[in-house]
Formats: sequence, C-alpha cells, structure tokens
Amino acid sequence: MAEFANLVWIVAKIVALVVPLFIAVAYMTYAERRVIGWIQWRKGPNRVGIYGLLQPIADACKLLMKEVVIPQNANRFLFLLAPLFSIIPALAAWAVLPLGDGLVVADIDAGLLYVLAMTSMGVYGVIVAGWASNSKYALIGAMRAGAQVVSYEIAMGFALVGVLMAAGSLNMSEIVHAQQGPFWNWFWLPLLPLFIVYWVSGVAETNRLPFDVAEGESEIVAGFHVEYSGMAFAIFFLAEYANMILIAGLATILFLGGWYSPFHGIGYLGPIFDLVPGTLWFCLKAGFFLFGYFWFRGTFPRYRYDQIMRLGWKVLIPVTVVWLVVESVFILTGFGPWF
Amino acid sequence: MLESYLPILVFLVIAGFAGLAPLVAGLVLAPRRPDENKLSPYECGFEAFEDSRMKFDVRYYLVAILFIIFDLEIAFLFPWAVVLDQVGLFGFVAMAIFVGILLIGFLYEWKKGALEWE
Repeated sequence: MAEFANLVWIVAKIVALVVPLFIAVAYMTYAERRVIGWIQWRKGPNRVGIYGLLQPIADACKLLMKEVVIPQNANRFLFLLAPLFSIIPALAAWAVLPLGDGLVVADIDAGLLYVLAMTSMGVYGVIVAGWASNSKYALIGAMRAGAQVVSYEIAMGFALVGVLMAAGSLNMSEIVHAQQGPFWNWFWLPLLPLFIVYWVSGVAETNRLPFDVAEGESEIVAGFHVEYSGMAFAIFFLAEYANMILIAGLATILFLGGWYSPFHGIGYLGPIFDLVPGTLWFCLKAGFFLFGYFWFRGTFPRYRYDQIMRLGWKVLIPVTVVWLVVESVFILTGFGPWF
Repeated sequence: MLESYLPILVFLVIAGFAGLAPLVAGLVLAPRRPDENKLSPYECGFEAFEDSRMKFDVRYYLVAILFIIFDLEIAFLFPWAVVLDQVGLFGFVAMAIFVGILLIGFLYEWKKGALEWE
C-alpha cells in the first residue's frame, strides 16, 4: 500500500512538471514570434485573443486537424515512432533538474551523466525520421543534423567535465550547492571559456540559428522532417522547444547558480533577495537564456555547414581541452579564491 | 540507492504517453484522404529522380568514428574529474598522458584533413 502511495506521489510530481513544461513550450513559440517581431520593428502575432495570447492554442488546434501524411515508400512503423524517439528524451531529461532546493523528481547521484545520455538519445529521433521518410532531402538533412549534434556533444561533454572538476559531484543539486553565494561565485566566472563553449554548443545541439543548416529551409527545405505533417510534425516541434528549455535550464544549473539569488550571502541585500522563491530565480535565469536563443535568431546570419564543423572540432574542442588543463592546475595548487 | 531511479522509469513511461497521445489524437481527429501525388516524396515539385537509398559522403562516417573515440574519452574523464582533488598530481599526470595520446591522434586526424568539409 505504501509503495502504491509512493508511486502515485511520483506520478503527481511528474505531471506537475510536464504540464507546465508543455504550456511553457507552447508559449515559447508565441514569445519567440513576438520577440523577433520587435527585433524587426513590427508586431508579432496579435490577432488571436488579447495581445495574440491564444495564438499557440489556435496553432495546436490547427495542427491537430491536419492530415498526417505517411509517404508511399516510408517505413510506416519507424516513421511514426521517430517523433516519440525525439520527445521522450527531451522530456525525460527533466527528471533530474532541480528547480529549487530539493525540488527535483529524481535526485540521482549520476545526474549529469543521465542528462548527457538523454541528450545523446535525441539524435536517434533525427536519424530514424530522416531514414524512415525515404526521401532524399530528409535523408541528407538527417545525416547533417546527426553529424552536427554528435560533434557538438563532444565539446559539450568536455565543458561538463570542467563543471564536474569544480563541483566535485555528478549530482545536480550538489552542483548547485557548490555555487552557493553571490553571482561571482557561480561557475560562469571561473569557467568562463567553458560556459561560452557550453552555450554555443547548446545552441548548435538544438539545431537553432545560427547553426540550423540541418533544417535550412532554403536548400533542403526542412531537413529531416520534410515529410512530416500534422501532429507528427508538431511533436518534433515540441521536442525541439522542450530541448531548448532543457539546455537553458542546464546552463542555469551548471553555470548560473541554479535557484540561488544573485546577491545570496551579501550583507543586507542577500536576505532581501532570498525572499524571492528559488524557483522564480531559476525561471528568470533560464528565461534569460531562452531570450538569447530568440536574439541570436533575430541577429545572426546562418553558418555554412563546413564552418559549423570547423567551429565544433577546431575551435571549441581545443578551447575546452586547454581550459581543463588550466583548471586542473588551479585545483591542484589550490589557487586563489576560485577553487 | 537504486530506488531513486524509479521516478526516472516512471518518467520515461509518462513521456512516452505524452508523445503518443497527441500523435494518436492527430491520427484519429484529422482527415485521411491519401492520393498518389500527396504520398510521393517531396523533391521541390519534381518527380522523384531515383531511390533515396543512395551513397553518402564518407565524412559522415569519419565524424561518427571520431565521436565514438571522443565520447569514450569523456567517459574516462568523468570519474577522474569528480575525484581530482583526491588523486592529486599523480592522477593528473596519468590523465595527462592518456589525453595526450588521444590528442596526438586528434592532431593526426586534423593534419590528414578528416575534419575538412570543403
């Protein structure tokens, strides 16, 4: 009986996480269109509902009523399974992200390893979708996206190793605890190069501009999901945006002190800012990164594919390796206030 | 310690449903009127030239191989990073030799041009 109650409690926690996440994803599409509208000196969607706030709901209803076309030569089973391969890891990675002190679904010791595993799983959705469509554009898009995601995962992994060295634990809550204190104690400052590498590879990992050649609508139309329509396409869309929020949340936890307020532990300011709930700080910081996504999309031209690969392998990876050596020297010599 | 992984198992199942439910809803609610032109692969309006099961560039294969090697390297770096302050200089030198050997391989790869995408 106690086990059953425990299970119900777990399910309740997961639903309490997934439902707001879906709403956040829906409204992120709205926010993105509004922000890009402002950047381009125009209004975004503003007709459906007050300020266009019902736009995402209208979009969802429209997609629900659209035909799911399964191309003639497609492998039907894999074609319908691929969206699930995309969405399951994008959601399940959230299990270990602490949104506040102790506010986490699964407080596992190997949290960071689990997150890395889940983000790696996402590439299966892309490859399976491109292959199962049996269309040339889809296949080329899938190969490109796969190679790009996989390349930037290396840089991301190295950046995570730096975080591990600084925090001394794989547990996500422990990593945040290790950053306790005001904002200059957070890992973004001592690990600045790794923070930049992580954020750049995070943007590349989610196939967002300026690294979105995999989708490049002008050359291979929409990449691996050209042949998808209706709800099957919507799930890819959902997974992409859930992944963006995930990367933003991870960057917050690993480099921006998770739920801590920026003035934690400073004389009079600290206690005042601690009154704001930690989860709100987490959301604000994650929102900052999400705004960064929109901003990049509004301002940067697209990289060429060879430039993307060069950046990943020849710039980001050497930078991380050098900084890991520097950081180990800091740790071994117990240098300064940083470690 | 293993029971702390139970929520993850439950989460995976729920995430599966969260993906499956809209997909099934879409298949049930939306119209289904397939015709030959609608079901043909999209090639910017032209008839499909040939089968899509074609040869692909060997560089994708190279990237995949490199990824496997470097991912293994990261797998070895993770436990080392967590206990670096305990293993001290000896641990650092040992890992430096390991990473150094891999970096020689990486440099070889670089000079050979395996990372070039014209």
